[in-house]
Amino acid sequence: MARISASVYTSHVPAIGAALDLGKTAEPYWQAVFKGYDFSKQWLKDQKPDVIFLVFNDHATAFSLEMIPTFALGTAAEFMPADEGWGPRPVPKVIGHPKLASHIAQSVIQDDFDLTIVNKMDVDHGLTVPLSLMCGQPQAWPCPIIPFAVNVVQYPAPSGRRCYMLGKAIRRAIESYDEPLNVQIWGTGGMSHQLQGPRAGLINKQFDTDFLDRLVADPEGLSLMPHIDYVREAGSEGIELVMWLIARGAMNDVNGGKPPTVRHRFYHVPASNTAVGHLILENN
Amino acid sequence: MSLDKPYKDVPGTTIFDADMSRQGYHLNQFCMSLMKAENRERFKADERAYLDEWAMTEEQKQAVLARDLNRCIELGGNIYFLAKIGATDGKSFQQMAGSMTGMTEEQYRDMMVGGGRSIEGNRRIGEKK
Repeated sequence: MARISASVYTSHVPAIGAALDLGKTAEPYWQAVFKGYDFSKQWLKDQKPDVIFLVFNDHATAFSLEMIPTFALGTAAEFMPADEGWGPRPVPKVIGHPKLASHIAQSVIQDDFDLTIVNKMDVDHGLTVPLSLMCGQPQAWPCPIIPFAVNVVQYPAPSGRRCYMLGKAIRRAIESYDEPLNVQIWGTGGMSHQLQGPRAGLINKQFDTDFLDRLVADPEGLSLMPHIDYVREAGSEGIELVMWLIARGAMNDVNGGKPPTVRHRFYHVPASNTAVGHLILENN
Repeated sequence: MSLDKPYKDVPGTTIFDADMSRQGYHLNQFCMSLMKAENRERFKADERAYLDEWAMTEEQKQAVLARDLNRCIELGGNIYFLAKIGATDGKSFQQMAGSMTGMTEEQYRDMMVGGGRSIEGNRRIGEKK
Protein backbone atom coordinates (compact mmCIF):
# COMPACT_ATOMS: atom_id res chain seq x y z
CA MET A 1 0.00 0.00 0.00
CA ALA A 2 1.07 3.61 -0.50
CA ARG A 3 2.20 5.49 2.60
CA ILE A 4 2.97 9.07 3.57
CA SER A 5 6.57 9.21 4.74
CA ALA A 6 7.02 12.90 5.46
CA SER A 7 5.56 16.37 5.17
CA VAL A 8 7.31 19.52 4.04
CA TYR A 9 6.22 23.11 4.70
CA THR A 10 7.58 26.18 2.97
CA SER A 11 6.77 29.71 1.86
CA HIS A 12 6.67 30.41 -1.88
CA VAL A 13 7.44 34.11 -2.72
CA PRO A 14 7.67 34.89 -6.50
CA ALA A 15 10.88 36.89 -6.01
CA ILE A 16 12.61 33.68 -4.88
CA GLY A 17 11.86 32.18 -8.27
CA ALA A 18 13.09 35.33 -9.99
CA ALA A 19 16.32 35.30 -7.93
CA LEU A 20 16.99 31.73 -9.04
CA ASP A 21 16.01 32.24 -12.66
CA LEU A 22 18.05 35.45 -12.99
CA GLY A 23 21.15 34.00 -11.30
CA LYS A 24 21.04 36.19 -8.19
CA THR A 25 21.42 33.35 -5.68
CA ALA A 26 24.95 34.40 -4.72
CA GLU A 27 23.81 37.83 -3.51
CA PRO A 28 23.92 38.10 0.32
CA TYR A 29 20.22 39.05 0.42
CA TRP A 30 19.26 35.76 -1.25
CA GLN A 31 22.02 33.65 0.29
CA ALA A 32 20.31 34.21 3.62
CA VAL A 33 17.16 32.60 2.20
CA PHE A 34 18.70 29.75 0.20
CA LYS A 35 21.01 28.54 2.95
CA GLY A 36 17.91 27.47 4.86
CA TYR A 37 17.27 24.90 2.14
CA ASP A 38 20.74 23.36 1.77
CA PHE A 39 19.84 20.59 4.19
CA SER A 40 16.44 20.11 2.55
CA LYS A 41 17.82 19.58 -0.96
CA GLN A 42 20.08 16.75 0.23
CA TRP A 43 17.30 15.33 2.39
CA LEU A 44 14.91 15.17 -0.58
CA LYS A 45 17.55 13.40 -2.71
CA ASP A 46 18.03 10.82 0.04
CA GLN A 47 14.33 10.28 0.62
CA LYS A 48 13.54 9.55 -3.05
CA PRO A 49 9.77 10.02 -2.83
CA ASP A 50 7.74 8.34 -5.59
CA VAL A 51 5.10 11.07 -5.60
CA ILE A 52 4.69 14.50 -3.99
CA PHE A 53 1.17 15.65 -3.15
CA LEU A 54 1.71 19.40 -3.30
CA VAL A 55 -0.81 21.70 -1.65
CA PHE A 56 -0.47 25.23 -3.01
CA ASN A 57 -2.51 28.23 -4.05
CA ASP A 58 -3.03 29.74 -7.45
CA HIS A 59 -2.54 33.53 -7.67
CA ALA A 60 -5.13 34.53 -10.27
CA THR A 61 -3.23 32.51 -12.85
CA ALA A 62 -5.08 29.29 -13.71
CA PHE A 63 -8.24 30.53 -12.01
CA SER A 64 -9.58 34.01 -12.73
CA LEU A 65 -12.87 35.20 -11.26
CA GLU A 66 -14.68 33.03 -13.81
CA MET A 67 -14.30 30.04 -11.52
CA ILE A 68 -13.15 29.94 -7.92
CA PRO A 69 -12.85 26.34 -6.71
CA THR A 70 -12.11 26.04 -3.01
CA PHE A 71 -10.21 22.76 -3.44
CA ALA A 72 -8.94 21.77 -6.90
CA LEU A 73 -7.16 18.45 -7.47
CA GLY A 74 -4.92 18.21 -10.54
CA THR A 75 -5.47 14.86 -12.23
CA ALA A 76 -3.68 15.63 -15.53
CA ALA A 77 -0.62 13.85 -16.92
CA GLU A 78 1.33 17.12 -16.97
CA PHE A 79 1.10 20.76 -15.95
CA MET A 80 3.00 23.60 -17.63
CA PRO A 81 4.66 26.48 -15.71
CA ALA A 82 2.40 29.51 -16.18
CA ASP A 83 3.14 32.91 -17.68
CA GLU A 84 2.17 35.16 -14.77
CA GLY A 85 2.89 38.31 -16.75
CA TRP A 86 6.68 38.18 -16.59
CA GLY A 87 6.88 35.15 -18.94
CA PRO A 88 6.87 31.50 -17.81
CA ARG A 89 9.59 30.50 -15.34
CA PRO A 90 12.34 28.48 -17.06
CA VAL A 91 11.67 25.38 -14.98
CA PRO A 92 10.77 21.82 -15.96
CA LYS A 93 7.17 20.95 -16.66
CA VAL A 94 5.38 19.22 -13.83
CA ILE A 95 4.63 15.55 -14.44
CA GLY A 96 1.45 14.46 -12.68
CA HIS A 97 0.30 11.09 -11.43
CA PRO A 98 -3.18 10.72 -12.94
CA LYS A 99 -3.76 7.25 -11.57
CA LEU A 100 -3.11 8.09 -7.92
CA ALA A 101 -4.76 11.51 -8.30
CA SER A 102 -7.96 9.94 -9.66
CA HIS A 103 -7.93 7.42 -6.85
CA ILE A 104 -7.59 10.26 -4.33
CA ALA A 105 -10.45 12.19 -5.98
CA GLN A 106 -12.78 9.23 -5.75
CA SER A 107 -11.84 8.42 -2.16
CA VAL A 108 -11.85 11.98 -0.79
CA ILE A 109 -15.17 12.93 -2.42
CA GLN A 110 -16.77 9.82 -0.95
CA ASP A 111 -15.28 10.97 2.34
CA ASP A 112 -17.46 14.13 2.14
CA PHE A 113 -14.97 16.67 0.72
CA ASP A 114 -16.38 18.04 -2.53
CA LEU A 115 -13.25 18.51 -4.61
CA THR A 116 -13.08 20.11 -8.03
CA ILE A 117 -11.25 17.86 -10.47
CA VAL A 118 -8.94 19.69 -12.86
CA ASN A 119 -7.57 18.09 -16.01
CA LYS A 120 -6.03 21.22 -17.48
CA MET A 121 -4.15 23.74 -15.36
CA ASP A 122 -0.98 25.80 -15.68
CA VAL A 123 0.87 26.06 -12.39
CA ASP A 124 2.27 29.34 -11.08
CA HIS A 125 5.01 30.26 -8.59
CA GLY A 126 2.87 28.92 -5.76
CA LEU A 127 3.79 25.44 -6.96
CA THR A 128 7.09 25.92 -8.77
CA VAL A 129 8.92 28.01 -6.14
CA PRO A 130 8.61 25.35 -3.41
CA LEU A 131 9.93 22.82 -5.93
CA SER A 132 12.84 25.11 -6.80
CA LEU A 133 13.66 25.65 -3.12
CA MET A 134 13.65 21.92 -2.42
CA CYS A 135 15.25 20.69 -5.67
CA GLY A 136 17.44 23.53 -6.94
CA GLN A 137 17.58 23.82 -10.73
CA PRO A 138 17.31 20.27 -12.14
CA GLN A 139 16.53 19.30 -15.76
CA ALA A 140 13.45 17.47 -14.49
CA TRP A 141 11.64 17.44 -11.14
CA PRO A 142 12.60 14.35 -9.13
CA CYS A 143 9.22 12.60 -9.23
CA PRO A 144 5.59 12.95 -10.31
CA ILE A 145 3.64 15.66 -8.50
CA ILE A 146 -0.07 15.92 -7.75
CA PRO A 147 -0.99 19.62 -7.58
CA PHE A 148 -3.74 20.51 -5.14
CA ALA A 149 -4.87 24.13 -5.35
CA VAL A 150 -6.64 25.86 -2.46
CA ASN A 151 -8.54 29.12 -2.87
CA VAL A 152 -6.98 31.78 -0.67
CA VAL A 153 -7.55 34.67 -3.11
CA GLN A 154 -11.23 35.37 -2.54
CA TYR A 155 -12.28 35.44 1.10
CA PRO A 156 -13.23 33.20 2.78
CA ALA A 157 -10.54 30.61 2.28
CA PRO A 158 -11.48 27.24 3.77
CA SER A 159 -11.09 27.23 7.54
CA GLY A 160 -8.01 25.80 9.20
CA ARG A 161 -10.19 23.08 10.67
CA ARG A 162 -11.58 22.13 7.26
CA CYS A 163 -8.06 21.95 5.85
CA TYR A 164 -6.83 19.82 8.74
CA MET A 165 -9.72 17.36 8.38
CA LEU A 166 -9.17 17.25 4.62
CA GLY A 167 -5.56 16.25 5.27
CA LYS A 168 -6.85 13.27 7.18
CA ALA A 169 -9.12 12.30 4.29
CA ILE A 170 -6.23 12.61 1.82
CA ARG A 171 -4.19 10.32 4.05
CA ARG A 172 -6.97 7.71 4.07
CA ALA A 173 -7.11 7.95 0.28
CA ILE A 174 -3.35 7.50 -0.17
CA GLU A 175 -3.23 4.60 2.29
CA SER A 176 -5.92 2.76 0.35
CA TYR A 177 -3.92 2.87 -2.89
CA ASP A 178 -2.59 -0.55 -3.86
CA GLU A 179 0.92 0.25 -5.11
CA PRO A 180 3.67 0.57 -2.48
CA LEU A 181 4.45 4.24 -3.14
CA ASN A 182 6.51 6.52 -0.92
CA VAL A 183 4.40 9.70 -0.88
CA GLN A 184 5.28 13.08 0.59
CA ILE A 185 2.73 15.78 1.27
CA TRP A 186 3.77 19.42 1.12
CA GLY A 187 1.93 22.42 2.52
CA THR A 188 3.07 25.74 1.08
CA GLY A 189 2.50 29.51 1.28
CA GLY A 190 2.82 31.95 4.18
CA MET A 191 4.24 32.90 6.53
CA SER A 192 3.21 36.35 7.74
CA HIS A 193 2.91 38.86 4.90
CA GLN A 194 0.60 41.50 3.52
CA LEU A 195 0.85 42.65 -0.09
CA GLN A 196 -1.86 45.29 -0.18
CA GLY A 197 -2.91 48.61 1.27
CA PRO A 198 -1.14 50.93 3.71
CA ARG A 199 -0.39 47.98 6.04
CA ALA A 200 1.64 46.20 3.30
CA GLY A 201 4.94 44.87 4.56
CA LEU A 202 3.51 43.52 7.80
CA ILE A 203 5.62 40.79 9.41
CA ASN A 204 4.82 39.14 12.73
CA LYS A 205 7.74 37.04 13.88
CA GLN A 206 6.08 36.09 17.16
CA PHE A 207 3.00 34.79 15.36
CA ASP A 208 5.14 32.83 12.91
CA THR A 209 7.28 31.30 15.66
CA ASP A 210 4.19 30.25 17.61
CA PHE A 211 2.63 28.84 14.45
CA LEU A 212 5.71 26.70 13.74
CA ASP A 213 5.79 25.50 17.36
CA ARG A 214 2.11 24.63 17.41
CA LEU A 215 2.13 23.03 13.98
CA VAL A 216 4.59 20.51 15.40
CA ALA A 217 3.21 20.09 18.92
CA ASP A 218 -0.46 21.08 18.83
CA PRO A 219 -1.87 20.84 15.30
CA GLU A 220 -5.30 19.96 16.65
CA GLY A 221 -5.50 23.19 18.65
CA LEU A 222 -3.91 25.22 15.87
CA SER A 223 -6.54 24.01 13.41
CA LEU A 224 -9.18 25.82 15.46
CA MET A 225 -7.63 29.26 14.90
CA PRO A 226 -10.23 31.47 13.21
CA HIS A 227 -9.58 33.33 9.94
CA ILE A 228 -9.58 36.71 11.63
CA ASP A 229 -6.53 35.77 13.69
CA TYR A 230 -4.57 35.02 10.53
CA VAL A 231 -5.71 38.25 8.89
CA ARG A 232 -5.11 40.47 11.89
CA GLU A 233 -1.87 38.90 13.15
CA ALA A 234 -0.21 37.51 10.02
CA GLY A 235 -1.47 39.93 7.33
CA SER A 236 -4.14 39.56 4.68
CA GLU A 237 -1.97 37.13 2.69
CA GLY A 238 -0.80 35.28 5.79
CA ILE A 239 -4.02 33.30 5.54
CA GLU A 240 -2.18 31.06 3.07
CA LEU A 241 -0.96 29.25 6.19
CA VAL A 242 -4.20 27.27 6.38
CA MET A 243 -2.71 25.17 3.58
CA TRP A 244 -0.02 23.90 5.96
CA LEU A 245 -2.77 22.27 8.03
CA ILE A 246 -3.75 20.01 5.12
CA ALA A 247 -0.27 18.48 5.10
CA ARG A 248 -0.17 18.31 8.90
CA GLY A 249 -3.52 16.52 9.08
CA ALA A 250 -2.10 13.71 6.94
CA MET A 251 0.67 12.78 9.40
CA ASN A 252 0.77 9.61 11.54
CA ASP A 253 0.49 11.13 15.00
CA VAL A 254 -2.85 12.82 14.39
CA ASN A 255 -4.23 9.58 12.96
CA GLY A 256 -3.38 7.25 15.83
CA GLY A 257 0.39 6.91 15.22
CA LYS A 258 3.64 8.17 16.70
CA PRO A 259 4.82 11.80 16.83
CA PRO A 260 6.92 12.90 13.84
CA THR A 261 10.59 13.77 13.94
CA VAL A 262 11.34 17.42 13.23
CA ARG A 263 14.08 16.93 10.65
CA HIS A 264 14.58 20.61 9.80
CA ARG A 265 13.30 24.04 10.77
CA PHE A 266 14.16 27.42 9.27
CA TYR A 267 12.84 30.96 9.52
CA HIS A 268 14.05 34.14 7.86
CA VAL A 269 12.83 37.69 7.20
CA PRO A 270 12.58 38.92 4.51
CA ALA A 271 12.20 37.51 1.05
CA SER A 272 10.72 40.49 -0.77
CA ASN A 273 7.54 41.22 1.26
CA THR A 274 7.38 37.94 3.12
CA ALA A 275 8.59 35.96 6.12
CA VAL A 276 10.01 32.64 4.95
CA GLY A 277 9.23 29.62 7.11
CA HIS A 278 10.21 26.02 6.47
CA LEU A 279 9.72 22.72 8.31
CA ILE A 280 10.34 19.08 7.50
CA LEU A 281 8.50 16.47 9.55
CA GLU A 282 9.21 12.76 9.11
CA ASN A 283 6.72 10.11 10.09
CA ASN A 284 7.87 7.41 12.50
CA MET B 1 -29.24 39.04 9.78
CA SER B 2 -26.10 40.39 8.15
CA LEU B 3 -22.85 38.48 7.69
CA ASP B 4 -20.19 38.86 10.35
CA LYS B 5 -17.17 40.69 8.94
CA PRO B 6 -14.74 40.93 11.83
CA TYR B 7 -11.92 41.99 9.48
CA LYS B 8 -13.44 45.44 8.89
CA ASP B 9 -11.44 46.96 11.76
CA VAL B 10 -8.01 45.80 10.55
CA PRO B 11 -6.15 49.01 9.61
CA GLY B 12 -4.89 49.62 6.08
CA THR B 13 -6.39 46.35 4.88
CA THR B 14 -9.22 45.51 2.48
CA ILE B 15 -10.32 41.90 2.52
CA PHE B 16 -11.28 40.67 -0.93
CA ASP B 17 -14.55 39.04 0.02
CA ALA B 18 -17.51 38.06 -2.13
CA ASP B 19 -18.89 41.60 -2.00
CA MET B 20 -15.64 43.21 -3.17
CA SER B 21 -15.25 40.50 -5.81
CA ARG B 22 -18.67 41.34 -7.20
CA GLN B 23 -17.79 45.04 -7.44
CA GLY B 24 -14.40 44.34 -8.93
CA TYR B 25 -15.32 41.62 -11.39
CA HIS B 26 -14.67 43.53 -14.62
CA LEU B 27 -11.64 45.36 -13.22
CA ASN B 28 -10.04 42.08 -12.20
CA GLN B 29 -10.93 40.33 -15.44
CA PHE B 30 -9.35 43.23 -17.36
CA CYS B 31 -6.19 42.64 -15.31
CA MET B 32 -6.39 38.94 -16.13
CA SER B 33 -6.41 39.75 -19.86
CA LEU B 34 -2.90 41.19 -19.44
CA MET B 35 -1.56 37.67 -18.99
CA LYS B 36 -1.49 37.51 -22.81
CA ALA B 37 1.43 39.26 -24.51
CA GLU B 38 -0.71 40.61 -27.37
CA ASN B 39 -3.12 42.19 -24.90
CA ARG B 40 -0.25 43.80 -23.00
CA GLU B 41 0.91 45.33 -26.29
CA ARG B 42 -2.55 46.63 -27.14
CA PHE B 43 -2.99 48.05 -23.64
CA LYS B 44 0.37 49.81 -23.73
CA ALA B 45 -0.36 51.23 -27.19
CA ASP B 46 -3.58 52.94 -26.03
CA GLU B 47 -4.52 52.37 -22.41
CA ARG B 48 -7.75 54.32 -22.49
CA ALA B 49 -9.05 52.57 -25.61
CA TYR B 50 -8.20 49.18 -24.17
CA LEU B 51 -9.95 49.97 -20.88
CA ASP B 52 -13.03 51.12 -22.77
CA GLU B 53 -13.45 47.58 -24.05
CA TRP B 54 -14.29 46.50 -20.50
CA ALA B 55 -17.50 47.05 -18.53
CA MET B 56 -15.56 48.83 -15.78
CA THR B 57 -16.75 51.95 -13.98
CA GLU B 58 -15.14 55.27 -14.87
CA GLU B 59 -13.63 55.40 -11.36
CA GLN B 60 -12.02 52.01 -11.91
CA LYS B 61 -10.59 53.12 -15.27
CA GLN B 62 -9.20 56.32 -13.76
CA ALA B 63 -7.61 54.38 -10.90
CA VAL B 64 -5.90 52.05 -13.37
CA LEU B 65 -4.68 54.94 -15.55
CA ALA B 66 -3.27 56.63 -12.41
CA ARG B 67 -1.78 53.31 -11.21
CA ASP B 68 -3.39 54.09 -7.88
CA LEU B 69 -3.46 50.59 -6.43
CA ASN B 70 -5.09 51.60 -3.15
CA ARG B 71 -7.97 53.13 -5.10
CA CYS B 72 -8.17 50.05 -7.34
CA ILE B 73 -8.48 47.87 -4.24
CA GLU B 74 -11.12 50.17 -2.78
CA LEU B 75 -13.09 49.68 -6.01
CA GLY B 76 -12.97 45.89 -5.88
CA GLY B 77 -9.52 45.12 -7.27
CA ASN B 78 -7.53 42.25 -5.84
CA ILE B 79 -3.78 42.49 -5.53
CA TYR B 80 -3.06 39.22 -7.34
CA PHE B 81 -5.04 40.50 -10.32
CA LEU B 82 -3.67 44.04 -10.09
CA ALA B 83 -0.18 42.54 -10.13
CA LYS B 84 -0.70 41.88 -13.84
CA ILE B 85 -0.71 45.65 -14.40
CA GLY B 86 2.53 45.89 -12.47
CA ALA B 87 4.02 43.07 -14.53
CA THR B 88 2.98 44.88 -17.70
CA ASP B 89 4.78 47.98 -16.38
CA GLY B 90 7.84 45.91 -15.44
CA LYS B 91 7.38 46.37 -11.70
CA SER B 92 8.25 43.82 -9.05
CA PHE B 93 5.80 42.75 -6.39
CA GLN B 94 7.83 44.63 -3.83
CA GLN B 95 7.58 47.84 -5.86
CA MET B 96 3.82 47.37 -6.14
CA ALA B 97 3.30 46.63 -2.45
CA GLY B 98 5.52 49.54 -1.47
CA SER B 99 3.59 51.93 -3.71
CA MET B 100 0.52 51.50 -1.49
CA THR B 101 2.23 52.48 1.75
CA GLY B 102 3.20 56.10 1.11
CA MET B 103 6.87 55.14 1.41
CA THR B 104 9.55 55.44 -1.23
CA GLU B 105 10.78 52.25 -2.84
CA GLU B 106 14.01 52.50 -0.86
CA GLN B 107 12.27 53.17 2.47
CA TYR B 108 10.00 50.19 1.92
CA ARG B 109 12.85 47.88 0.99
CA ASP B 110 14.80 49.03 4.04
CA MET B 111 11.79 48.41 6.27
CA MET B 112 11.54 44.85 4.97
CA VAL B 113 15.25 44.19 5.42
CA GLY B 114 14.85 45.54 8.96
CA GLY B 115 12.24 42.90 9.76
CA GLY B 116 9.11 44.34 8.14
CA ARG B 117 6.27 46.46 9.44
CA SER B 118 5.63 45.77 13.13
CA ILE B 119 2.34 44.29 14.22
CA GLU B 120 2.37 46.55 17.27
CA GLY B 121 -0.16 49.30 16.76
CA ASN B 122 -1.35 47.68 13.53
CA ARG B 123 -3.94 45.22 14.78
CA ARG B 124 -6.99 47.47 15.04
CA ILE B 125 -8.10 50.82 13.71
CA GLY B 126 -7.68 53.43 16.41
CA GLU B 127 -5.27 51.32 18.46
CA LYS B 128 -2.53 53.25 20.25
CA LYS B 129 0.89 52.81 18.68
